[in-house]
Formats: sequence, C-alpha cells, structure tokens
Amino acid sequence: MATIKKLLFLVDKPPYKSENSRLALTHAIASQTVEIHLEDEDNVEPVLAFVGDGVLNCIKGQKALDAYGITSLEAHIKNALLLDLKVIFCKEDLDKFGLTEDNVIMDAEDIGGDMIANILPFADILGEMEAADHILHF
Amino acid sequence: MGKLAIGCFSSLVGSMSLDFAIKLSEAAIKKGHQVDIWLSGNATMLSKKGQRKFQDYSSLEAKTKDLISQGLNVTACEACAESRGYHKEDTLEGFNRKSMDYYLASCFNSDRVIHIGGE
Repeated sequence: MATIKKLLFLVDKPPYKSENSRLALTHAIASQTVEIHLEDEDNVEPVLAFVGDGVLNCIKGQKALDAYGITSLEAHIKNALLLDLKVIFCKEDLDKFGLTEDNVIMDAEDIGGDMIANILPFADILGEMEAADHILHF
Repeated sequence: MGKLAIGCFSSLVGSMSLDFAIKLSEAAIKKGHQVDIWLSGNATMLSKKGQRKFQDYSSLEAKTKDLISQGLNVTACEACAESRGYHKEDTLEGFNRKSMDYYLASCFNSDRVIHIGGE
C-alpha cells in the first residue's frame, strides 16, 4: 500500500543573509524526484511555510540575478509554485512588516504555473505543522 | 529501535552545532537507534579530506569515523560540496555524497527528523 508522508519546510530566516532559506527551497523542490529513492507508489507531500522574518523571502521584484549573478529566492518560490508545491505565508508576520498580497509572490503565472500561494493566519500554519509527518526547520 | 535523521547546516569551524550533532548521534547510537546525518550548506565541510587538527578549532573526523564504524550514516549534499570546490575525490572514506532528494527519502523513512544549525 502506498504511503504518502507530509514534509513541512518551515522557513523563519530572512533571505540572502544566510543560505538557510535557499536550502529550504532547494530541498523542497527536490521533493519532486524523491520517489526514485522510495518504494513503488510511496512519496512525499511537501508544504513550504514562511513565518517570522522568513516572510521577507516572499517579496516581489528581487534583483539577486542582476546584483549578484545568482538565482533569486523569488525565482525559487515561483519554481515551487510551478511544480504545484503548497506555499504558505504567515498573515500576522506579513502584517508586521506592512506587506500585503500585492507585495509578495502569490503566483507563477509568468512562467506557466497554476498554483497560487496562500496567506494564512499562524493558527492554520500550526495546523499544517501538526498534520505533518516531519517538520524540516530552516 | 528507531531511525533518526539529522540535517546539519552549520560549518565545522565557526559554530559548535556540528559538535552537538555528532554528540547527539553518539548518544542515539549507544541507545541502539539508527542515525542518518545529512550535511548541507557549510556543514559539508565535515566530510572533506585533509583538514588539519588545531586545538582551537572543532575537529570531528576521528570521532565521526569511529561512529561510522558503529553504523552511523553520514552523507554530504553533492551540489553544496561542489559549489564550495570540494569534489568527490576530496570526500573522507566512509562518507557519502548524494543529491537532496536522497535526504528527503531518508526523512521519509525516519521516525524523527531534527535540523541542527544554520548560519
């Protein structure tokens, strides 16, 4: 019988100051190929949640490629949405920074993605944490 | 007995996080648990050959090799290592190098997952 395990990638570090949020995104995106290491039909269900300073990763219009020649966290978040990963931003933490839906990466329409990011209260993110088999905290 | 996956992200020199991860692994192995350590980001340096031991800096090669001989599995992220100019031939004997999806599969098969460190 197939087993699906939910992995919650929890990001609370800001972008670019350290490698943490980038590693969270690259590990989450790697979930797309994890099945090659698992038994037939087993798989993982990845969820990416940004809380605390981590919501700063989600600001639109990042210029890391122009400034530093590296892929922006924005591009990684869009890739995650393109791959239909569930992406969640904490509403209270966005509010704390004065950020709204207009300032953050809500979709990847420009690269052909259908998935929309979710802005949820922390209580709902806590629910995701409780429902996860494992929390990978970055 | 259970299986523990430990994701490590801090450098060998510059923090005590890897020292703690190795101590935790030792305790878990002593209790009969299986432990998989994943070295990502700067933590990949734990698995690099040719490091000289100084008393002022953490040096975990001997301890980690001893634990590997007792069943500890240690794997470094291949992309993180390559980006740091540390290639396959530089890997210490007994250590593995794999892609990130390998680590997620290890998490899938673990009873507990702990992430330690980060810069």
